[in-house]
Formats: sequence, structure tokens, C-alpha cells
Amino acid sequence: MASAASASEGDLSASGPHLFDRELIFVTGKGGVGKTSIAAGLAQLGAQSGQRTLLCEMDAKGDVAAAVRVPGEAVPTLGFEPIEVCPNLWAMAMNTEDSLREYLRVFLRIPLIGRLGVLASTFDFVASAAPGVKEILAVGKLCHEVRQGHYDLVVVDAEASGHIVAQIGAPVVIRELVALGPIREQTAWMSAILTDPARTAVVAVTTPEEMAVNETVELATRLKTETGVDLTMVVANRVLPALFDRRRRDLLDLIGPLLPSNGEWSQILHSAAATDRRRRVGARHLDDLRERLVDVEMLNIPEVSSDQGGEFVVAAVREALAGELDVEV
Amino acid sequence: MSKFETEKPTGIAALWNSAEVILVAGPGGVGKTSMAAALGLAAAMATENKVLVLTVDPARRLADALGVDLPGHQLAHITSESLRDNGVVVRGELWAGMLDVRAGWDELIARHAPTPEIAARILAHPLYDNLTRRFVHSHDYLAIERLFEVTHSGDFDLVILDTPPSRNALDLLDAPQRMQEFFGSRLIRWLTAPSRSRMANIVSQPFQQVADRLLGAGFLSDITEFFGLFQTMEEGFVGHAVKVQAQLAAPQTQFVVVSTPEAAPVHEARFVIGEVSRRGLHLGAVLANRVTVASTVQVADAQPPSDLDAVAVDLESQLAGMAEAPSNEVIGSVLTSLWERAGEISALAARQDQLLAELEDGAPISLRCPILDRDVQDVSDLAELAGYLVAQDLSLDRQKPHLAHHPLGES
Repeated sequence: MASAASASEGDLSASGPHLFDRELIFVTGKGGVGKTSIAAGLAQLGAQSGQRTLLCEMDAKGDVAAAVRVPGEAVPTLGFEPIEVCPNLWAMAMNTEDSLREYLRVFLRIPLIGRLGVLASTFDFVASAAPGVKEILAVGKLCHEVRQGHYDLVVVDAEASGHIVAQIGAPVVIRELVALGPIREQTAWMSAILTDPARTAVVAVTTPEEMAVNETVELATRLKTETGVDLTMVVANRVLPALFDRRRRDLLDLIGPLLPSNGEWSQILHSAAATDRRRRVGARHLDDLRERLVDVEMLNIPEVSSDQGGEFVVAAVREALAGELDVEV
Repeated sequence: MSKFETEKPTGIAALWNSAEVILVAGPGGVGKTSMAAALGLAAAMATENKVLVLTVDPARRLADALGVDLPGHQLAHITSESLRDNGVVVRGELWAGMLDVRAGWDELIARHAPTPEIAARILAHPLYDNLTRRFVHSHDYLAIERLFEVTHSGDFDLVILDTPPSRNALDLLDAPQRMQEFFGSRLIRWLTAPSRSRMANIVSQPFQQVADRLLGAGFLSDITEFFGLFQTMEEGFVGHAVKVQAQLAAPQTQFVVVSTPEAAPVHEARFVIGEVSRRGLHLGAVLANRVTVASTVQVADAQPPSDLDAVAVDLESQLAGMAEAPSNEVIGSVLTSLWERAGEISALAARQDQLLAELEDGAPISLRCPILDRDVQDVSDLAELAGYLVAQDLSLDRQKPHLAHHPLGES
């Protein structure tokens, strides 16, 4: 168990429980912000701090497999059945058909082994048409794992921002849509898990860019109004570190215009100054985000050079998360 | 309107000499929308063509960038006067449009439904909303539909489509096929078949059993009714899908694959490029966005510039009059750290260069756009990007610092 996690127990009013005291963590955000690296980093950190952790990829893109690869070893193949990728860390890829199969078996006691192939191709269309059905199957599997206590922590590499609202809201949608039947009866306990801030966290990943920041605010608003759930945390990813300390930057502002206006010094100044300006534009977007989401905790993860493999990026992200979350491993 | 002709079109000019439709594709978060808009602006600046940029970005960023608010499905003309006010001179015409998913579906239903009465019943059906938002990759299908519509209107010489943000950049290409498959699927056949033959269908028993137990019989009858109505539009939808598919494969339709110079997006972009060629479609160009440009400081430089001491002495004397004037030593250390940062940036640029070599390998045209020191948010920003696309001169001296009088900008 993370040391900070135990320390924060009983201190729910001030800043809420430590992230790792939750059982279910959804990691979402705009496409391209680095959701998978953050989700994998969080899951590895959870595992290293002693929690039995499950990492679930929702969108079947295969990025999670590369992210949890042990350096030097082959990329694991992830399926619906979780596999242990390193001590304490299991990984799986969500699949609606397998989830339906499990659902039918566990909850409805309908054995459909072997016959689902025909059914599944047609089911896909109905599931798309019926609001909430696909979502409830995906989210139901996650809630099931939480309820059964198979893991201490379930980290979800979720789909882009819009989907998460539909997933967390799925039990309510189903309850309104379906008058009777077992699927309706399953919605109450799922809602109870998903809407309990002590059990479920929603983490939005963003970058210091205008579009990503706007989408994060939009997500927080939609989550609250459509499901009543508060955004737990924002992780600002790819934050450029300051190039110069305050004193040097002040001096640079002073001597910049006095430098020779052509030749090597002009190039040097241009190059460093443009990067610094960009960093400051990004910092302003994050300030803006902080102002618009005053009550949401925000972590900063620095830009990691990505010329190495995904697992190295995840390792660097994990280190940064450990520092930000005060987790000793 | 005639195509702009040069004797030997190279670079970007070759692209709009051969393309009537440009599909801007690539991984999420790489700036596809800005690149689509910059390509459109570049084409309107360099040719006499009438150019339309279509975007599906729900954030309406293009609308903001072009300074126009586009209601629903209307196309907006960005007049040469308004462009000139932003320092941009066009020879052609620039138009912009936004995809409105809901309005697009309503139009499609109206067009393909056999009678207005059936159209009205579909539009009023409780399942309609849900279907139009999520069914068979609704955004992708609509984007392609809309593209087909505007290109066949004959109103434009060049149409640039900013592809929808989708989990898989290739969903768009599969959208017409998927629509065909949907109408041909066993489910819809079964659901819309007369009830007697439905009972006899071997698929029906497990399906009915599961659907009833999961959702209750009422929901199933809702679905049956809706698909029954939807089925009446098969001819219109499928006939259209076939034509759209043919248009995508035509040589006048070219793909511009955008990426940023980072490992993950380059990997995904390579995949998209591979799929484009595997499907026999046409790759027009590969476009690297947000490229870091190296200064003359080389990665391997072990020593700061030889004139560092002289420059420090000169600066010291220029600053001598001010209160708490910095010492020669302090100035020297600032110059040294400036040089170090520039070296780090050059090292980053070198790493990006390697990645981009992989990205651009085998591309008919490869274009690069430097990372700007600000967000792309107005026409003058787009014009700067368009300038890089056309000239392909990314050298630092060409780049205008955004806050010109203050080399490091405001705090």
C-alpha cells in the first residue's frame, strides 16, 4: 500500500482520499494527449506500491500492450482474460463480445459457448442502437471486478472524453430505457460504485494546449451535469520545463535586444527564445485551466523525449507521477 | 475555373495540380484542422482556384481561426477583403464549411426516404437520435457523404476535408462499405422480415432469447419498427455508398497524412500511409507539423562560440549605466546557458529529423511546418503556416517572433 495513501485515510473532507485509495480509476482525455502513458504509469505505480492492480484498455488499439512491455522482452498480447505482465500488475483489453458472454454466463446463466459467433455479429448492431448497452457491458465488467474484489485497484485506459460520460452514465440510461428485466436490476450496484467518489476516480489527462484545456473543462461540466460525478484530478502531461530560472530570464529579456542581430548569437537567441515563448503560452493555458477548475487537483508531468520506446516514456511518466502523488515505491 | 499551371510543379504545387479532393488524415492531436485550413489558404493564395475547406471538428476551431461563424450546414465565403485585412492576398477564393452531424442526418433521411411520411416517422422515432449519434461511425459516414455532395455540386475546384477525430484514422475509408454491410446484414434482414419467416429463422431463437432477457420485449419491437423504416432507404444509401467508394479511389482524391515529429504519432501515421496504399488509394503528401528547427549551434559543439567573451564585454558596457548593472561574469553565464539551451533544441531537432525521415520515406511529396511560438488561432497564423507549406523554408531567420519587440516575450 502506498504510504501516502494510508496517511490520507480518514482525511476525506480536506482533499478527498488519495487516488490509490480508490478502487476504480478512469483515465480519459482528448485524443493524442498521452492517456495511455498516464494510465500505464498509474497502474505500474499502483502495482509497485503493493496493490494488486488491473490495467484495462478500452479501445483495443493495442497501445497498452506496448506501454506495459518489460524492457527487453516481447510486447505481450492482451485479451479479455487478464494476464500478469509484471509482479502485481495484470492487463486486459476490453471486448464487448467477451463481456456479453461473461455477462450472460454470470448473471443470466445463459450458456452460449460456441453459439455466440452468429449472435455477436448481429448483437453489435442492436448494442449500437440501444443507448447504453455497449457501455453497460464494458463498464459492467469493470464494476464486476471491483465488486468481486479480485483486485485492489482497477485502472482504465478509457476512450476519449465524450465516451466516459456515456459509460459512467450508462446505468442510469439503461434504467430509464428498460422497464423490466435483469439488465435493469444490475444497474443499481453499478451506479453505486461509479458515482461513489471514495471508490471511483475520473482522471482527465490534458496537455498545455488550448484545445485540450477546453475539452477538459467541457468534460468536467458534462460529467457533473449528466452523471453527477466530479472530476477527480487533472494530469497536465507534456509540460515543458522552464528553460531559464527567473533571474536569468529577466537578464535575457534585457540583453536579448542588445545581442548582435545576425549571425550565430541571433540564431541562438531565436531558438531558445521561441521555445521559451511556447512554454509560456502553454503555462498560460494551464493557469486558465486551474482558474476554471478551481476545486480539481492538478498534477504536472514534464515533457518526456519520445525517441525511445513507449515503455521508457511510461517509466519516466511513472517516476513523475510518483513524485506528484507522493507515493513511495 | 482553371487550374493554376506551372511548368514543372514540385512540392505543394504538384499536389493541387493533380488533386480535386484532399483528405487530411492522421493521428489525433497533430493539428489536422490547422493544416487543412493552411493548405486551403495556401491553395487560394497560389492559384485561382475556388477552394473549400470542410471540417468536422466539433470545437469549431476552424470557424474561429477564419473569423467566421458558420451556422449549420452553410458554406461561408471568406472574402478577399477580410483576408486582406489580415495581411493575406488571395488569387482564388476560400470557402469554409463545418459538418453538422444532426443536420446532415436529417438531410440524408429526407433525401433517401421513399415518402415524406416515412421520413417524418424516422425523424420522430425515439431511437433516431441515438442512431445518428453513434451508429456505424456516423461522423465518418456523414463526412464522406458531405464530401461527395460538395464535390458533385461542381462549385469548387478543390475540396479539402479535415477528417473526423476517430479512434482509427481509417474508419472514414470504411464508412461507405460499412453502410452497405449494415443494410446487407443478417440482423436487419431478420428484423425486417415478416414475422412468420422470422420465427423459422435459425438465428432468431438465441437472439430473441437474449434480447428479451436483456432488454425486455418492448425494446425489441421498437428496434424492429425502426429498422423496418430504415430499410426502406436501402436503395438510396447503398447506391450512394458505391459511388462514394469509387470517388475515394479516384486519382483526383489524394490523401495528405499529417503527423508531429514524435514516435507514437509517426508510428500511427506510417500505419495510415500503409493502409492508403494497400487499399489502392492515392497518397498526395506527407506533412510533418510542429517541427522543431535547429539553430546553427551543433549538437556536437563542445565549446561556446569563440566571441562569447567579446560579446559579454560589449553587453556589459552597454548595460553599465543601469542601476544594479550585471557583472561581466553574470552576463557570461547567461550567454552560456542560452547557448546550452540552443544546443539542446538542436539535439531535439536532430532526433525529430530521424523520425521524419522514416515518416517521409517513399512519400511523393513531403512537407514540413515548424512549431510556432504560439497557438494557431487567427488568419495571420494560418497565413504563416501556409507560407511554410509553400516555400518549405523553415530556417530560423525566416521565422517571425510573435512578440517582435521583446525577444523572450511577456512573462
